[in-house]
Amino acid sequence: MRTFLEYLRNAWDSLNAHRVRSFFTILGIVIGVTTIICIFTIIQSINRYVEGEFSGLGASTVYVSKYPWVITGNWWEFRNRPPITLREYRALREQSVFARWISPLIESFRTVQYRSHSLEQVYTVGCNEEYPETANVSVSLGRWFTHLEVEHARPVVVIGAHVQEVLFGLENPLGKRIKINGLPYKVVGVLEKRGNFFGFNMDNQIIIPYTTFRTFRLSRRNIAIALRVSDPNQLDELKDEIRGILRRVRKIPPTEKDNFSINQQDMLTQFYHQLTGTLYLVVFVVGGISLIVGGIGIANIMLVSVTERTREIGIRKAVGATRTQIIVHFLSESILISLVGGFLGIVAGVLVSQIPLNLMKLGASVSPGTVLIGVGFSSLVGILSGLYPANRAARVNPIEALRYE
Amino acid sequence: MSSKTQPPADRLPLIHIADLHKVYVLGLTRVYALRGIDLDIEKNEYVAIMGPSGSGKSTLMNIIGCLDVPTRGRYFLNGKDVSKLDEDELARIRNKEIGFVFQTFNLLPRATALQNVELPLFYAGISAARRRQLAREALEKVGLADRINHRPNELSGGQRQRVAIARALVNNPSIILADEPTGNLDTKTGAEIMDIFDHLHQQGNTIVLVTHEKFIADHAERIIHLKDGKIEFEERPQVAGGTVQ
Ligand SMILES: Nc1ncnc2c1ncn2[C@@H]1O[C@H](COP(=O)(O)OP(=O)(O)O)[C@@H](O)[C@H]1O
Ligand SMILES: [Mg+2]
Repeated sequence: MRTFLEYLRNAWDSLNAHRVRSFFTILGIVIGVTTIICIFTIIQSINRYVEGEFSGLGASTVYVSKYPWVITGNWWEFRNRPPITLREYRALREQSVFARWISPLIESFRTVQYRSHSLEQVYTVGCNEEYPETANVSVSLGRWFTHLEVEHARPVVVIGAHVQEVLFGLENPLGKRIKINGLPYKVVGVLEKRGNFFGFNMDNQIIIPYTTFRTFRLSRRNIAIALRVSDPNQLDELKDEIRGILRRVRKIPPTEKDNFSINQQDMLTQFYHQLTGTLYLVVFVVGGISLIVGGIGIANIMLVSVTERTREIGIRKAVGATRTQIIVHFLSESILISLVGGFLGIVAGVLVSQIPLNLMKLGASVSPGTVLIGVGFSSLVGILSGLYPANRAARVNPIEALRYE
Repeated sequence: MSSKTQPPADRLPLIHIADLHKVYVLGLTRVYALRGIDLDIEKNEYVAIMGPSGSGKSTLMNIIGCLDVPTRGRYFLNGKDVSKLDEDELARIRNKEIGFVFQTFNLLPRATALQNVELPLFYAGISAARRRQLAREALEKVGLADRINHRPNELSGGQRQRVAIARALVNNPSIILADEPTGNLDTKTGAEIMDIFDHLHQQGNTIVLVTHEKFIADHAERIIHLKDGKIEFEERPQVAGGTVQ
């Protein structure tokens, strides 16, 4: 160990003696390691963010819908399914024991207006008074609409923070009447700010009682139903119960498959991990290739250096250096190059990854695993790229080396 | 292929060479550098190998120094047959038993005098502190105590050769081999270097010296004349410069 440190010191001296050359060799490694660290850090930060976002869907809520969230296999199979209807919502509402909260979800995009201000294509949800529990949302101003308002189809609306800003500016929105596709609604509440979800502005939405949702043949329209248990451990019971109720309502014979989907947050998380798994692989390959290029650079320069230092090798052999000692000598140079390059690459990778993360307004997370990968890869490259030149050095014939002027 | 029967190992001289041949193959041509050398050198002898350029002096020297291996013949060093050792075993022998001094000094240009002298000790696995001490002592012996931190390009030719001699001495070898050690030096500096060899011999070292100049060879007790890869004749100079007892 002590001797190896001495070899490293020697290696440092000889890298120092050829600064420009060493700089470019190290640069090759720095680029490779920076790429790997950078992309790993970005992916991990996005992962953390996405998991946070998905958890907003609620771990104890399930969504009944016509299509599964993650479609595997033939998309056409799902097209022929019957729509989920309000009738089924009512059936679930009456019969489900495990659903503590339940709400229909009717979605659409509408134009909203207040005096001279208007917003088009606003995401509009029709639901009931239990929706905030199923979706984990709350109002920052005013109140949610009540059971009675839903029952009596009162034209009341809870608006998103973005809608508030655009329509009302600094004006108090509560109690004001806005027009939704031309029909008047009274603003009773404002949703707390939620920011973006995969580029979708979650604050650009309005929520109205589903009973007031004016649409062509409401009873036939395809909707979704959100159901939430009070105890997350009962989620599976809830899902079984939903299947039982819906199959009964739809009169599905036991031999046939479900013609509806019960979706859950972890499906998205799993799907996301599948996606990023592939991405990880791509990054690995890209970073790996740049490290290989860096390694070839090291090998090349080491070969030049072995040729240039033939005489030095001859001297070392003449005074008794064995093959192994010569190999260690040159290997320690390439290892040092890649360790220095690896270290600089980690620092550069962490710094560079801050730029896109800042633009995306994500906090950076540098895990020790990432650093370990950087160090591991660069030392591996150092050893591999040094082996061939070191072997060449060990095979130098001392007599010819010493004759060579 | 030795015609003589070998004396028992414990009665062998320091160097015992029998019927030594060295052939270099260069493509289709063969260069017969050595053609049947028989040579014994005792411990504490001071031997000069003389001969015209191309007569095989350096080749013989390299084989004695275990830098090269013979094509044919036997070479015993300290009673051990070294003609059949592998590369790493030869390296270990060079490290422990041999001290080389070359015409062109062959110092590491970026290392200080001290570091150059430490080199054989480094490969012998000796600790840094001990190495420094031994190297300093060797440099003192050749009169360079005040130059230990100089690099070769900050030293004169004579001083460089002293560093090389210190390096050859430092591992306390069985033989010091010098291949035209004064070849790159002026007469006066050459004489100073020869004084060092004479002194080392008086202190009990075995020295083999290659030269093509008679007045240098005359420092030795024994002169081996080489010609066309063969020993032509041997002589003992009347006045051996450093060996007057
Ligand atoms: N590595 C080699 N390859 C081919 N021929 C060589 C080699 N080394 C020496 N020779 C040849 O062997 C002969 C003896 O060389 P050398 O021992 O260097 O002579 P000296 O030292 O007496 O001048 C010369 O003819 C030389 O050209
Ligand atoms: Mg010669």
